Amino acid sequence: MTNGVCEITYRDAVRESIREALLADQRVFLMGEDVGRYGGCYAVTKGLLDEFGSDRIRDTPLSESAFVGAGIGAALGGMRPIVEIMTVNFSLLALDQIVNNAATIRHMSGGQFEVPLVIRMATGAGRQLAAQHSHSLEGWYAHIPGLKVVTPATLEDARFMLAAALVDPNPVLIFEHVMLYNRSGLLSADEGPVDIRSAIVRRPGKHVTLVTYGGTLFKTLDAAETLAKEGVEAEVVDLRVLRPLDGETLLASVRKTRRAVIVDEGWRSGSLSAEISARIMEAAFWDLDAPVGRVCSAEVPIPYPHHLEEAALPQSAAIVAAAKAALGA
Amino acid sequence: MSQAHTAKPHLRSEHLLGLLTDMTRIRRFEEKCAELYQQEKIRGFLHLYIGEEAIAAGAMQALTPADAVVATYREHGHALARGVPMDRVMAEMFGKAEGCSRGRGGSMHLFDAATRFYGGNAIVGGGLPLAIGLALAEEMQQRAGIAACFFGEGAVAEGEFHESLNLAELWRLPVLFVCENNLYAMGTRLERSESQPDIHIKAQSYNVPAEVVDGMNVVAVEAATRRVCAAIRSGGGPALLECRTYRFRAHSMFDPQLYRERAEVEEWKHRDPIDRLTSWMRETGALYDSDLEAIEAQIAAEIEQSVAFAERGHWEPVGELARDVYAGEAVP
Repeated sequence: MTNGVCEITYRDAVRESIREALLADQRVFLMGEDVGRYGGCYAVTKGLLDEFGSDRIRDTPLSESAFVGAGIGAALGGMRPIVEIMTVNFSLLALDQIVNNAATIRHMSGGQFEVPLVIRMATGAGRQLAAQHSHSLEGWYAHIPGLKVVTPATLEDARFMLAAALVDPNPVLIFEHVMLYNRSGLLSADEGPVDIRSAIVRRPGKHVTLVTYGGTLFKTLDAAETLAKEGVEAEVVDLRVLRPLDGETLLASVRKTRRAVIVDEGWRSGSLSAEISARIMEAAFWDLDAPVGRVCSAEVPIPYPHHLEEAALPQSAAIVAAAKAALGA
Repeated sequence: MSQAHTAKPHLRSEHLLGLLTDMTRIRRFEEKCAELYQQEKIRGFLHLYIGEEAIAAGAMQALTPADAVVATYREHGHALARGVPMDRVMAEMFGKAEGCSRGRGGSMHLFDAATRFYGGNAIVGGGLPLAIGLALAEEMQQRAGIAACFFGEGAVAEGEFHESLNLAELWRLPVLFVCENNLYAMGTRLERSESQPDIHIKAQSYNVPAEVVDGMNVVAVEAATRRVCAAIRSGGGPALLECRTYRFRAHSMFDPQLYRERAEVEEWKHRDPIDRLTSWMRETGALYDSDLEAIEAQIAAEIEQSVAFAERGHWEPVGELARDVYAGEAVP
């Protein structure tokens, strides 16, 4: 570490955020499959069991519905649980608890009860894990009123979004893209806190807005870099929060550049990218100089072979091509 | 009443009168709800607890205000027995803003923070994991409360039943599981959906102590619940009571009851928990006609007042539609 700046991976940034939360608030505890002795299937929680003990770092049986529901109950009972689900694909086994309980209890109880629960889960493809471990279903959760959905892409967000999520009295789902865990970079000691309300412009530009979040942020920034070499200045908006969407930041950018391409690792049909496109259409139709473009995953279950997996996912070249198409180039 | 001797005796006549009042109060409330449903004052689904009153009335005796209660969509009786004011329950039935859930929940989603009543869950089995978490919160905060979770035998077919019993025992959590086995999951009889229809045996396979209770006998339910709760409170981990009971009315107001014989219903009505307690108390000289008249009059007045309260209540302005989706802020 020099001058308060240290090299850190995304994985370690998430772990630090959990450690900090556990140290700061006795009501915080972590539970999930293999979060303790094993250290987390993506090694995020390694060492936490030794530091905090088995009362606060709880290994659970493979019972997603029960331990997610237990997280909701514990939140109702005054705790601040962090529940880890190994991947979004497994969260489907807890969908009932998330959608029918976490998202509804405040409303159904007329505001008497709240569910200050944080659920973390891995999402996305890129590790050749095939069709039951690679999907990006965060857009589904963004459909549900009562939930907040956040997608840290940068080290700073990985390090500080959890604190904001734990302060929030609503259930917050944090999606960590699997290809981000090994990314490393410099994080300054005086970074943070961050909010979980707003989108952010990660790269300013004036010719086209590239809207993205999570795992595709860096592919999109790479595409912007390529475009810059060809004289196209793309503005990259990192949504950060999928629900509630920060329409203001998004629309301000689109109104400035008059062109938009949405990059989303989710599928295109019935998707978050469709929602964003619709919002741009509803609010900025007359500011547009071109139809809104989209770069999404191919509409197939993610295949196992590397070349097919890569072909199924949004890649920089496709983002560059879509941006050029929006520019009529 | 043969099991009653196993209870710490709570057989003083005023206590028995209290149990009789609690059960009768639930029944008359439910009868009034059926009437109000016909008048279209109550809409949506309405699931009546008639026939099963002994379970809520008996089990609640063993709970303290510090305990948390989770129930199902057939929960009017539990809410009333728990102490949620009848006025507010009735207003909720009407969908009025004065209701115990501000009218947002209706019959299936009664909630009340003051009595730690966590709903009113209309997904079969969905309440069990919540009870696990509520019990975990008690334990992690070194509080003395337990979580009591009521559910029907239909929930036993759901994965959440098995996941929750396993987790509760694995973590030795203070959870009281009360299975209200009324034999029918809507129209599907227990034997048609369970390879092992003895529910307490399933619980025992998770090492959760479990016993069968005559759910038509309020004293037996109270005695069993008190005994089991004492064990839970002294660190014995979770326990399950399988209360065998019967629903005298249809599953909901839309149910033509094609799946069961009238004779079966009539036979179970001979075990009516209210009639049973009434005749036993009469035989032992613990109940006089004047007592019954007084109970009925008091309940009738309370119900009348609750209906008036609900009628007087107001409809929440449409402008408030989006409230209570998120905390403290309007989020699009």
